[in-house]
Amino acid sequence: MFRKNSFLLAIIVIGLIACTSKKEAEEAAKKSPTPSEIASKQPEVHGTEVKDVELTNPLNQVWVEAGKKNYDLKCLACHKLTDEKLVGPGWAGVTKRRQPVWILNMITNVDMMLDSDPEAQKLLEECLVRMPNQNLTQAEARELLEFMRRNDGEK
Amino acid sequence: MKTKLFSLQIFVGLLIIVLTLALGCKPQNPSTAVIGDAAQKVYVAPGQYDEFYNLVSGGFNGQVSVYGLPSGRLLKIIPVFSQFPESGWGYSEETKPMLNTSHGFVPWDDAHHLAFSTTNGEHDGRWAFINGNNTPRIARIDFGSFRTEEILEIPNSSGNHSSPFLTENTEYAIAGTRFGFPLDDAGSNPDVPIDSYRENFKSVVSFVRIDPESGQMSMGFQLLFPGMDFDLSKGGKGPSHDWAFFSCYNSELAHTLLEVNASQKDKDFIMAVNWKKCEEYVKAGKGKVLKSRYAHNLYDDTKHQANSVIETETIVLDPRELKDVVYLMPCPKSPHGCDVNPTGEYIAGSGKLAAVVPVFSFQKMLQAIENKTFDGEYEGMPVLNYDAVLHGEVKKPGLGPLHTEFDDEGFAYTSCFVSSEIAKWNVKTLEVVDRIPTYYSIGHLMVPGGNTAHPHGKYVVAYNKITKDRYLPTGPELTQSAQLYDITGGKMKLLLDFPTVGEPHYAEAIPASLVKDRSVRFFKIEDNQHAYAAKGEKEAKVFREGNKVHVNMTSIRSHFTPDNIEGVKLGDEVYFHVTNLEQDWDVPHGFAIKGNDNAEILIMPGETCTLKWVPDKVGVIPFYCTDFCSALHQEMQGYIRVSPRGTNIALSYSTNKKPDSESK
Ligand code: HEC
Ligand SMILES: [Cu+2]
Repeated sequence: MFRKNSFLLAIIVIGLIACTSKKEAEEAAKKSPTPSEIASKQPEVHGTEVKDVELTNPLNQVWVEAGKKNYDLKCLACHKLTDEKLVGPGWAGVTKRRQPVWILNMITNVDMMLDSDPEAQKLLEECLVRMPNQNLTQAEARELLEFMRRNDGEK
Repeated sequence: MKTKLFSLQIFVGLLIIVLTLALGCKPQNPSTAVIGDAAQKVYVAPGQYDEFYNLVSGGFNGQVSVYGLPSGRLLKIIPVFSQFPESGWGYSEETKPMLNTSHGFVPWDDAHHLAFSTTNGEHDGRWAFINGNNTPRIARIDFGSFRTEEILEIPNSSGNHSSPFLTENTEYAIAGTRFGFPLDDAGSNPDVPIDSYRENFKSVVSFVRIDPESGQMSMGFQLLFPGMDFDLSKGGKGPSHDWAFFSCYNSELAHTLLEVNASQKDKDFIMAVNWKKCEEYVKAGKGKVLKSRYAHNLYDDTKHQANSVIETETIVLDPRELKDVVYLMPCPKSPHGCDVNPTGEYIAGSGKLAAVVPVFSFQKMLQAIENKTFDGEYEGMPVLNYDAVLHGEVKKPGLGPLHTEFDDEGFAYTSCFVSSEIAKWNVKTLEVVDRIPTYYSIGHLMVPGGNTAHPHGKYVVAYNKITKDRYLPTGPELTQSAQLYDITGGKMKLLLDFPTVGEPHYAEAIPASLVKDRSVRFFKIEDNQHAYAAKGEKEAKVFREGNKVHVNMTSIRSHFTPDNIEGVKLGDEVYFHVTNLEQDWDVPHGFAIKGNDNAEILIMPGETCTLKWVPDKVGVIPFYCTDFCSALHQEMQGYIRVSPRGTNIALSYSTNKKPDSESK
């Protein structure tokens, strides 16, 4: 029954009737980035100290909105917009107590700040959780600053 | 009786003397084998990096372990074919489909051989492939994520041993069956008498296509053979680019006591397959479609979810009909290793029961094929004349030669299992130029890049089966080990012993510089497309679908949102979909819940992972983070309340909600 010839003869020859759902799944999987592509798109903004920043009035409303989005996604878990401390200090008044450049470095260069800036170190002693590097670009940090200014009542 | 005993003693005595002479003087005290500056050569100062990544197969643990060389430091265990409770691999809802097969969920395998992707025969640092031997599978690990990204089941195979060795440009991964098995018209395994082996049993060799961009695997084609057993294989290089070579044993077609019955013939074969020609035959429509069910599992790094698809057919070629794609080269006594040198001209076949290592010449093979210098046929396939294809034999390499690796200076290194040593020989002259003991019973060995067109050289590593007295005793089961030797001088020098995880088989090593800058550091939370991701605490929620309760939860240093959940009832299935909101390297969070008949999950930054929990008791159950994430990690905890069936406590959830009495 299983001799070579009968085996070959009896192989069921069916055309290439591909299952579409499977094809779609494969196509979708093809489109999603490989780990190497993911790795190549990782911004590493750490280590570039921000030296100066220009503040403009009135506020850039597009930045305020973009800043809020990132706040919800990446900061809200630890910072309230009031003066209540959660994991980190509440943001009410932060643009009054801190220089804009200091804030930007706190966002994009937090390891440097916690290693060398006395004010940041004082905060760490109070909070005991290291403020995480949330890997924001300089532009995103600038947008967040705009959002913080708005939170402090600027127009 | 007495005289008999006496002569036995003399005989044993003589045997010892003869063996000692034959094997040369081994150092009495193993530690004397280490040279003076060994410590300096393997010392990697604190904070410094190793020069090579060494990925080592874990054998029966089904995993891959990553070591640094020359230090031998263990950097990571990559779960592949076996569940890994430590990270939730094969336990989390997202990774369970990775272990799906045509048999359903198979949570374990035996992982033997690593093969790093190559371009023009050289390491390109993109992927590492590894075989599952027991339930035939090939897995692809990505050097960006150091995670298993794909597993393809190999249909019509049993014991996927000669795998997943690659062709020169990573066109194909090879998979030959080690156990012939009955195969019927529908690609299934029919119910036949075992002693109908000759008649019913087949062996299949598969060529798995690899997409050059994504690395994704698909069944290319399969070749159908009589039930001989394929042991190991290697792709050709340079002039032999179009070919792949396999060692075969059990040409006797035995089905019982193979130890004896498959060792009858003086010679088995090294089989040469012209895969390029096979490819052309497939294109020309010479293949037949065979119904076969096999799983194809892919992990998606933005959905953070694996998907398993059952494929239903393969394309099969019959080399005996095609005539010019397969040739057999006689090789003494059940060959094991089948290794191609860097130029692609020489193929070393190590007959594990033989006293020589025959080295075949690819040019002579082509010549013999052209001149039809055949010694008859085996089961309808041409057998080439041994002397016509032989470059020469390495004489007295040691006892039980198994595997051969190559360096960048024209030398080969053969592991000798029975005599526990490595023999170094000149590939051109076949002269043994050096030998060194291993402790003990070496199996595979590895020179960094030693199976590529341009070996990186520097070291040879022995992967030993037995360690006996080399380490502190740990009960009946002792560690297996690797040993690092310096090969930069004329003489091999032992530098270091290091224990390995599981049982090491084939391994590869690649310069760190080709890999280290490719590492994924975190997954961008914006790109997370997981169906139950909570992108920010505002999206955290708990909702019910019948008796399924979904908790879309966030984690960040150091709290979960929500961390108080009520309204779950006995009979519910709870799915914790935990999204890690961190966006920095090296900040995973863990999640575990009391009494869960499941593992924990470790969630990488930006990723979502799901742990299923079916509460078995009424009460308030704690959950917590298992990965020390900050000074307040110990506070990273929460509660879920489980009420009796039929109570009407509404589903509710919160974080940092003060009771009404307190907030007044
Ligand atoms: C895991 C919790 C956490 C997250 C998430 C977090 N921070 Fe912080 N942040 C802290 C802590 C804690 C401090 C205090 C410094 C320290 O302990 O390291 C801090 C301090 C700050 C300060 C200084 C506040 C002051 O009063 O001087 C700023 C500005 C800041 N964070 C901005 C951000 C921004 C912008 C984000 C989002 C991109 C963010 N943080 C996300 C925990 C966090
Ligand atoms: Cu944690």
